[in-house]
Amino acid sequence: MENKIEISDLQVHYGDKSALNGVSFDVHPNEILGIIGPAQSGKTTLLKVINRTLEFTPEATVQGSVKLDGVDIDTIGDVYELRRRIGMVLPLPVGLPLSIYDNVAFAPRTAGLRTKSELDEIVERCLQQAALWDEVKDRLDSLGTKLSGGQQQRLTIARALSHQPEVLCLDEFSIAIDPVTTMRIEDVLKTLQTEMTILLVTNLVQQAKRLANRTAFFLNGDLVEIDTTDVIFSENPANQATYDYVNGTFG
Amino acid sequence: MNTDIQASPETMFTETEIGKHKRRIENVMRIFFLVMTSLMIIPLLLIVGYLLYKALPVLSLEFLFTNPKDNMRAGGLWAPFLGTIYLVVVSLLVAAPIGVFAAVYLNEYARESWFTRITNLAVVNLAGVPSIVHALFGVGAFVLFAGLGESILAASLTLAIMTLPVIIASTTEALKAVPMAFREACWNLGATRWQTIRRIVIPNSISGILTGVILQVSRAAGETAPIMFTGAVFYKAIVEGNLFAYNITEQCMALSLHLFTISTQVPDVTEGIPYGTAVVLVGSVLLVNAVSIVLRIYVRTRKKW
Repeated sequence: MENKIEISDLQVHYGDKSALNGVSFDVHPNEILGIIGPAQSGKTTLLKVINRTLEFTPEATVQGSVKLDGVDIDTIGDVYELRRRIGMVLPLPVGLPLSIYDNVAFAPRTAGLRTKSELDEIVERCLQQAALWDEVKDRLDSLGTKLSGGQQQRLTIARALSHQPEVLCLDEFSIAIDPVTTMRIEDVLKTLQTEMTILLVTNLVQQAKRLANRTAFFLNGDLVEIDTTDVIFSENPANQATYDYVNGTFG
Repeated sequence: MNTDIQASPETMFTETEIGKHKRRIENVMRIFFLVMTSLMIIPLLLIVGYLLYKALPVLSLEFLFTNPKDNMRAGGLWAPFLGTIYLVVVSLLVAAPIGVFAAVYLNEYARESWFTRITNLAVVNLAGVPSIVHALFGVGAFVLFAGLGESILAASLTLAIMTLPVIIASTTEALKAVPMAFREACWNLGATRWQTIRRIVIPNSISGILTGVILQVSRAAGETAPIMFTGAVFYKAIVEGNLFAYNITEQCMALSLHLFTISTQVPDVTEGIPYGTAVVLVGSVLLVNAVSIVLRIYVRTRKKW
């Protein structure tokens, strides 16, 4: 089986401070990879490296390599194309100050798509996939920023799906939304898994347990352990720190 | 429960000593701040009121649309009024685009480096340079070196240099008011910086940018020093009622300089005229400021987040 993403000896520094100290692992196609670990363990940094938005942080330096479908992402000339291949959902819902329709149509339009019928089709499909369509189909021209937090987060997911990504990265997506909406989105993710690879960074250990095929445990910039979720959450993962963290002894 | 501090119905809402003290201080401070605010408003009202009272005898549409007469002892304000409009409009046509686009670069594109640090330092310091210094620079750079002579163009360019740093500063403020999260969301969607700026940043900061630019009109209109050596002239008659009566390569009159000359240089001026000039100057500035206030109110009602 070809790996979707191959990360080898990835090191990231912010100035003098190390955020990731030489991390290596692979992501399999169509898996949900849970990434857990306490704050400051480098999870968000990892996602920013993958879609090369860490380049917007001036003092950050990256060493090592990240390959997407066997191609080093640093050699991809069109960085905007790379970012479209990777969907990103950030912790806090961000509805752009545009209509709901324009929010979802934003990425296809920036990629050059102008045909109204195609845009219509993308907007409906993505909102359906994000389980938001039924709530907003009658008011697509109202502002995305006026939706509730949970709706905005689903709008964010719809937007991330609008550029048909191969990899969907979610960074603690449930931090600002209620449990019911969280469960709805989790169901959505299980469905999406058939179409794409999902990286799920989460503070909720149980969320990783519910969703992830494999789980990686990060601590202070190190990858402590990566294994099937069953093993990580069993009585005997390879590392004692993993056991302590998932069982709430610390963190 | 500790019975010592348990409130009985009688003592529950009676004020303690500390409570009384706090309330007294609160009242004193509120009145203190109110007095300070009044001190700011009173002179403004007095100035405007006094000007209006003194100017009433001469104020009329004819006053605005006729040239000064009898060596500026009588007549109206047409030449200086139109001159000020020329100076302000031309200087803004130069300063607004440069200032706004420079601010977009500094805020949206530039990374922290010695170049941006020096530029920002220059902006702050340039804003603090006295206008007479700008005037001397204008004489050297535009009148003499660029060979523009004393002209509307030279004076406007001098005013533009003077307003640039403030336009950059106000535009930067407006751009910073757009949350960083919007930009990050756009970048994550594969948008370039320009696409982000055009679709998200500019549409949501345009009102703040315009407000900053409009407020510069009042500054440019009121300045005397930068124009008196570079293009404003003591007296010049122009065609009355023609908006295109001036040529920008020639000199013009200006309200601020006109007010100065008829108040101090010309004997026996009809009494109301200097006050009328001041009213027109202040009135135009307030009118322009009112536009920016209306703009801000309009935008606040349709705020998008």
